[in-house]
Amino acid sequence: MVLEGKNSVAKTISEKILSAHSGKDASAGDLVVAELDFVMAQDGTAPLAIRAFEGMGGDSIAMAGRAALCIDHSAPSPLRAISELHALMREFADKYGLELNDVGEGVCHQVMLDKGHALPGSLVIGADSHTCTYGAVNAFATGVGSTDLAAGLLSGSLWFRVPETMKVTIDGKLPAGVFAKDIALMMVGDITADGATYMALEVGGAAIADLGLDGRLTISNLAVEMGAKAGLMEADQKTLAFFDGRTSEKLAPVSPDAGAAYQEEREYDISGLGPQVAKPHTVDNIAPVEEVEGTPIAEGLIGTCTNGRLEDLRAAVEILRGKKVAHGVRLIVAPASREVMMQALREGLIEVFTECGGSVMCPGCASCVGTHQGIPGDGENVISTANRNFKGRMGNPEACIYLASPATVAASCVAGEITDPRRVM
Amino acid sequence: MKGKAHRFGDDVNTDYIISGRHKFKTLDMNELACHVMEDLDPHFTKRLKKGDFLVAGKNFGCGSSREQAPLALKHAGVAAVLASSFARIYFRNSINNGLPALVCDTSGIEDGDTLEIDLATGRIKNISKGSEIDSRPLPRVMLDILSEGGLVEYMRKHGRLAIE
Repeated sequence: MVLEGKNSVAKTISEKILSAHSGKDASAGDLVVAELDFVMAQDGTAPLAIRAFEGMGGDSIAMAGRAALCIDHSAPSPLRAISELHALMREFADKYGLELNDVGEGVCHQVMLDKGHALPGSLVIGADSHTCTYGAVNAFATGVGSTDLAAGLLSGSLWFRVPETMKVTIDGKLPAGVFAKDIALMMVGDITADGATYMALEVGGAAIADLGLDGRLTISNLAVEMGAKAGLMEADQKTLAFFDGRTSEKLAPVSPDAGAAYQEEREYDISGLGPQVAKPHTVDNIAPVEEVEGTPIAEGLIGTCTNGRLEDLRAAVEILRGKKVAHGVRLIVAPASREVMMQALREGLIEVFTECGGSVMCPGCASCVGTHQGIPGDGENVISTANRNFKGRMGNPEACIYLASPATVAASCVAGEITDPRRVM
Repeated sequence: MKGKAHRFGDDVNTDYIISGRHKFKTLDMNELACHVMEDLDPHFTKRLKKGDFLVAGKNFGCGSSREQAPLALKHAGVAAVLASSFARIYFRNSINNGLPALVCDTSGIEDGDTLEIDLATGRIKNISKGSEIDSRPLPRVMLDILSEGGLVEYMRKHGRLAIE
C-alpha cells in the first residue's frame, strides 16, 4: 500500500491499518478517528454496552451486518439474573439486526475467526480484552470497554492513539513437548505484565512461520497480558488458506515497510525452550516446569480463547489416550467453538477426553472467568490453559491457578501433580 | 476536590477491582460497589469515604475490559484514581465514565495522606506531606469527553467522535 501525503514515511502494520481507516497519514503517537470494519461484545460486556447505546440516544446502528454479540462467558446461564441479561442481548440483537451467537456457538474470539469476521488488514474492536487474538490473522484488533463499543456500534468509528510498536522476532525450532503456549508464556515472563503497555506487538520470525494458525492465535491472545494494544503478525499462505470459504470479501493483508520505526526490538531463539508455567497470581510469574513439578492439583482446564482449538485438543489427546485422570482430579475440557467441537467429534478427541475421566463442556469460556463450570475449592490448585491466573479469577480467591500448555495440563491431570509433558510422551 | 489516599501496589487488575463472580450477575452498580477491591482488602469499602482517592503503582487496571471496574469504584465513592501508569483499556473506560484517572509519580503518597486535587491544572497537593506533584496532561479528546461528563453524554450531544 502506498499512502499519499508529503509526510509519508516507512510504516509499521499498525500505522498502515490506522492510516487506511482514518484517511490520515498517521504515525505512532498521532490520534485518529478511524472507521471500523467489525465490532463484537460478549455477555459480560454487552449488557452495559446496550445500556450505553440507549443512553447515547441510539436508535439505529452504523455497523449493520458488521456487528456480533456472543453469549460465551456464562453459557448456559447458571443463574436467573444472568438469564435476564442474556435475554436483553437477544432482544437487542433482534431489534437492531446484530448477529447473535447464542449458547454453544463458542468463545467469542473463535467465533469471530470461524465466521470470517476478523480479516487480514481490517480494524476490529471487541468489548473483551482478548480481542487482540485476531492480530494473528493480521487484523488490527483491540479490546475496548462497553461504552467505546457502543460508540462504535452507533457511529461506525472510534478514536485511537496510533501505537508505537515492539518488534518481536522468534527464531529456532520448537523442541518436542514444547508448544506455542510455552513461547507465549516465555514472552510474557520476559516482557512482563506492563512491558508493552500502549504498544502494538509485531511478532514474526522462522518459528512463527512454522506454527499453524492455532498456535499463532495463542501467542497473539497473550499480547494483552504484556499490556499491548494489539498482537500483530503478517499474513502468509496459511493465513489466507484459513479464510477460504469463510468470507466473500477480497483479502487485503498488510505488511510493515522496510525501515519502519520500532520503539523496541526483541529476539528469541526457542530451540532450547522447555515447557513454561505461570505461577500464582500473575501471568508474568513464569518458571520452567521443572521448578513446579510435583505441585498437587485438584483441577485441570483445557480450552478457552487461548488454547481451545484443534491443535490444542490433539496435543492433549496424545497424552491422555489410554490413560486415566488421577483420583481426586477434575479435568474440564471446553472446545473453543462449535466448529472445533464438530471436528473434535469427527476425530474421536471428545471420546478420549470422556473415556479418560474428563468432563467435556459445551463450546464457550468454561470456568476461565469464575462464573460456572468448575469453580475451584478453598486451598485447591488448578492447572489451566487459560490466559489469566489472578487471585479469584476462577471464582475463588482461596484457590491457586497455574497456567501452562494443553500438553502440560494433560500430563499433570494424569499424574495428579504438575508434570513435565516430556516425561510421558 | 479533597480526600484521603487509599494506597495499593502495582498491577492491580480488574478482577481485583471487581471480581467476575459478581460482575456477570447484575447491571446494578451500587450492588457491585459493595464488592470493590474485596479480594485485596475485604475492609476497603468500610474504610472508604465518599470523595477519597485510590492511589496505586504501575499498570493499574490491567486485565479484562470490564467497564464495571471504574463504574463500581465511582459508585463506591472513589473520586479519582492516581497511578504511576494505567493499563490502556481501563484508562479509556475510566475517562469514558467520568472517573478521573491521573498519571503521576505516586511513590511519595502514603496510605491515609490527605490530598487535594485540581483537575483543571492536574496539580496534586499532598497536604499531609506538604508536597506537590503534577499529573500528565490528558489528550484533548479525553478532556472533551470528561467535560461532557462521559462518553455517553458526549455521543448524545455530538453523534460521533471528532479530533480537533
